[in-house]
Amino acid sequence: MSGDPADLTIAEAGVALRSGELTASALLAAVRRRVAATEAQLHAYLTIDAAGAERASAEADAAFAAGRDPGPLAGIPLAVKDNMVTRGVETTCGSRILAGYHPPYDATVVARLRQAGAVIVGKTNMDEFAMGSSTENSAYGPTRNPWDPERVPGGSSGGSAVAVAAGSALGALGSDTGGSIRQPAALCGVVGLKPTYGLVSRYGLVAFASSLDQIGPFARTVTDAVTLFEAIAGHDPSDATSYRGPVPDVRPTLGAGAEGLRVGVITELAGEGNDPAVLAAFHRTVEGLAAAGASVRELSLPSMAHALDAYYLIAPAECSANLARFDGVRYGLRLPGETVEQMMAASRRDGFGPEVTRRILLGTYALSAGYYEAFYGQAQKVRTLVIEDFATAFAKVDVLVTPTSPTTAFPIGERVEDPLAMYLADVGTIPCNLGGGPGISVPVGLDEAGLPIGFQLLSPALGEAMLLRAARAVEAMAAFTARPALATSEVG
Amino acid sequence: MPVDIDIAKVARLARLALTPEEMVRYGAQLGAILEHAAQVQALATEGVPPTAHPLPMLNALRPDEVEETLDREEVLAQAPDRQGPYFRVPPFMEEEA
Repeated sequence: MSGDPADLTIAEAGVALRSGELTASALLAAVRRRVAATEAQLHAYLTIDAAGAERASAEADAAFAAGRDPGPLAGIPLAVKDNMVTRGVETTCGSRILAGYHPPYDATVVARLRQAGAVIVGKTNMDEFAMGSSTENSAYGPTRNPWDPERVPGGSSGGSAVAVAAGSALGALGSDTGGSIRQPAALCGVVGLKPTYGLVSRYGLVAFASSLDQIGPFARTVTDAVTLFEAIAGHDPSDATSYRGPVPDVRPTLGAGAEGLRVGVITELAGEGNDPAVLAAFHRTVEGLAAAGASVRELSLPSMAHALDAYYLIAPAECSANLARFDGVRYGLRLPGETVEQMMAASRRDGFGPEVTRRILLGTYALSAGYYEAFYGQAQKVRTLVIEDFATAFAKVDVLVTPTSPTTAFPIGERVEDPLAMYLADVGTIPCNLGGGPGISVPVGLDEAGLPIGFQLLSPALGEAMLLRAARAVEAMAAFTARPALATSEVG
Repeated sequence: MPVDIDIAKVARLARLALTPEEMVRYGAQLGAILEHAAQVQALATEGVPPTAHPLPMLNALRPDEVEETLDREEVLAQAPDRQGPYFRVPPFMEEEA
């Protein structure tokens, strides 16, 4: 086998593990070398679970040696965002309020990865409680983009995106409430999938905005993202919002190509407001789809212009309710107080960072008496309009496409003091969460500064088979094989 | 126009012991964000029903059977303060005179 095992795809590593060319322990060692070589600069991980990973890789090697095959993720080193609980392994959500918290159980997605034989390398850095678009809002310091360490990796799942881009994991899980998987995937040059709302259990995912949150995979290829999706999707009795029907079967049509695909370009999200390089790569990809036999049309979805505003009322409102549980009583930071209310208010003041505080205040205001109808109630009606616009569009096309992010990776510090500018990074990704359908970002090129550009595809709820087929066609066409210069284990 | 907010009241409702300086800063930032977000009010929504949840879902029911629960000691081990099998907190009611 040539090259560093840390740079293999999940599919390639699976072949090498089964041919005996590579052991799970050697693969983990290669990934650990990459982590050691890059973490000082990139800071993708908050916690490394060395003992757990070694145990899991030894078990995978023992299974292969005994002629058993635990499945496609056996022995594969993966990373998990730090808002999914891991039994006995510190889980902080990037927040000071959860420093030192060792959960008493595994999230369902974590349990499913373990059952599939995966090797969980560690927990990845994130914007505090998944609120942010740059991974700068972590109480433990920012994660840096491996394509240019002076720039952000996107967020909020920035650590997971960077781990996959840099070779510090072969795949990862993130969570996506307004674009937190797709946007960092775009900025880091990897594939990021947000499945249909409810298809992946959220038991053990620390809640941010419950009507929007969804867990999904990061990978270097669409096929690898499918492998991870298959491992984590499906009904879970522990999550009352988890979908009870069958998981869409995506494999049979994955390689069907662009021929006959009906593609819609969302006018409101594919014009001004996007960087010229982003727009050029977007149009090049759309033209490629047309040349490969897809029918392409432009569709206007007027509600898209208001989706961002509706989101920044709905998500903070839900966050203010969900984060009420961090009160210094059962877990996490507690400051002294004369009364329980003083104790709670002091603990929350010290435990939450500025962006989380801002959103709790915003949500509390939007839900308070006298303002509820004008803000939260109106935002919920706009959400209905977004859903209706999607339904009308998906009666005409199979997939809708937009640039994932209007810009490539921006410099660290540029938007920290300007919350509104930061929020605008999500303009293309938010409508998908409001609508509930799946979305994916696929890397399609680099801008003049050598920074990756993502192409977003959306489909109706439970339309993963069509979505992933189209994404695979885009991936084959774009033939994006560039890797960041920092993705190396050479110490230099 | 930035929205004017009673930030002290909102902070109290949210159980956040903000300093006076923080109240000024967050108040100004929230005013600007709400000014942008208030654009949703310009949209005609007469007769549009609100959406609370993206998928049509009814109550999720399961058989009423005893299942395994979290280990009490493991849970209490994460508590900032405890007394025996309980979470311990400062007083939350005035003592009767």
